Amino acid sequence: MDPLNALVVLANFVIVPAVAYGSQLALGALGVTLLFAVLRFANMAHGDTMAFGTMVTIFATWGLQAAGVSIAPLPTALLALPVGIAVTAALLYATDHMVYRFYRRHKVPSVILLIVSTGVMFVMNGLVRFLIGPGDQRFADGARFLITAREFETMTGLDEGLAIRSTQALTVVVAVVVVAWLFWFLNHTRTGKSMRAFSDNEDLALLSGINPERVVAVTWILVGALATIAGVLYGLDKSFMPFTYFQLLLPIFAAAIVGGLGSPVGAIAGGFVVAFSEVGVTYAFRKVADYLLPGNLEPPGLMQILATDYKFAVSFVILVIVLLFRPTGLFGGRAT
Amino acid sequence: MSGAPALEAVPHGRPALPYLDAVGMTGGYGAADILHGCNLSVAKGEIAVIVGPNGAGKSTAMKAVFGMLPLRGGQVTLGGVDITRLSPQERVYRGMGFVPQTHNVFTSMTVEENLEMGAFIREDDCTDTMEQVYHLFPVLRDKRHQAAGELSGGQRQQVAVGRALMTKPQLLMLDEPTAGVSPIVMDELFDRIIEVARTGISILMVEQNARQALAIADKGFVLVQGRNRFTDSGAALLANPEVRQSFLGG
Repeated sequence: MDPLNALVVLANFVIVPAVAYGSQLALGALGVTLLFAVLRFANMAHGDTMAFGTMVTIFATWGLQAAGVSIAPLPTALLALPVGIAVTAALLYATDHMVYRFYRRHKVPSVILLIVSTGVMFVMNGLVRFLIGPGDQRFADGARFLITAREFETMTGLDEGLAIRSTQALTVVVAVVVVAWLFWFLNHTRTGKSMRAFSDNEDLALLSGINPERVVAVTWILVGALATIAGVLYGLDKSFMPFTYFQLLLPIFAAAIVGGLGSPVGAIAGGFVVAFSEVGVTYAFRKVADYLLPGNLEPPGLMQILATDYKFAVSFVILVIVLLFRPTGLFGGRAT
Repeated sequence: MSGAPALEAVPHGRPALPYLDAVGMTGGYGAADILHGCNLSVAKGEIAVIVGPNGAGKSTAMKAVFGMLPLRGGQVTLGGVDITRLSPQERVYRGMGFVPQTHNVFTSMTVEENLEMGAFIREDDCTDTMEQVYHLFPVLRDKRHQAAGELSGGQRQQVAVGRALMTKPQLLMLDEPTAGVSPIVMDELFDRIIEVARTGISILMVEQNARQALAIADKGFVLVQGRNRFTDSGAALLANPEVRQSFLGG
């Protein structure tokens, strides 16, 4: 019996990665949920919006690196982030003007907008692959670790090490700041309140003199910012590949729907539910069990429920369960 | 004018010149017209009530006045200015406030936020007006940090009226403000509406509870199939045996 080492192993392989991944999903799901709350459709292009924002940020990062600009130990990408956000927001706003606005004026049902967004997804996907290529890009620089496994071991004298990568710490810090700002914006500014009013009751918002086009424009800008930040954090933490970002759509949608589409608090909770499920189900608990169980009860197998190749099944199962038993999500969003 | 009996245009010795004057409104949602030359008018500080059987076009007439129904004929003037072609939003800027019958509050927002949203078009400080609304509906002050969706039906109606008052309208239009509330709450709401009218705001409302509504009305319009059937002061309509027989249940 050695619960302390068991806890460290668990923290190192499950808790820390899941918290970082959960923060990234939460930011992604916030974008989906915000757009759904205001424009009333699930945006299939969100994963590729994240890819586009990350791509622009990578280009800007390369530019800064070539110019010799560095904010080490922090990654240069953090400095390039505003460029990525601005370009992505501009692209989304332009897309809205060229594509979505037409359908909005015709008051089409939201399923049509969902299909339209699928078309936008293909275009964005192609754009990203054309500009940066389909391959893997690593753009993280600066300090690699906040604390390495070796440092942790010498510090605590435990057998097991706990490594915290600087990108993981950065992810959590940035996510907390962004979420706090977003909630402040939605609850305490005139524009934020008008967005909530529009989402709550569109007709009454119009009667109150709220300008719908302005609300829509602000929403796209926020979605662009959230998508870019989520994408860059994910890319720093892992790596950037357009196809991976497209695949992120599933866990992000699962997160948004688990929390309840249209509910910002739900999106955050959903992000962590999905991340912890995915990491927990695909982790081999053998080592944790070794520390916790007496020697003669050593488990024969790896104690892994699902191979990591199947991690997407986890989001899918969560999605199905929620839609079957609680279609409005944990925090009572709109039925989907 | 339709074949309505000859009526005096202005009830009982009031000075004429209506603030809102809708003349000969004709129109509907599709090919068929719902309104056929319907007239409505309200003077400053007056309470005008539209009553009539189901499907008479009461709410439709109200929507037409507010610009939510395309008119094929007729004219709407507010304070002498022709507003027939203006959108509902533009009419809000001109001093009209509208309380829809349903979905008339932001349910997920607090009472105070509802009032703030009501004042969205105002550039100036709206705390005075909010204070007036809280004075008019004291219960809202106690519940100002509560979500409007959690309130009772009567309290929600108060929020809805309060929201519309936040723009400081000259004309307040209420579509069945007492639908679905208890008789006690209804009396209370009517008292508040009288108070609002006393501040000089004109009131135009559609009501199912015709008898009670006419009792507080300066002027009543009885609509039947999109046409004016009777127009008189509230008291005169209540006293009119034909109106009583046909529309007030004896």
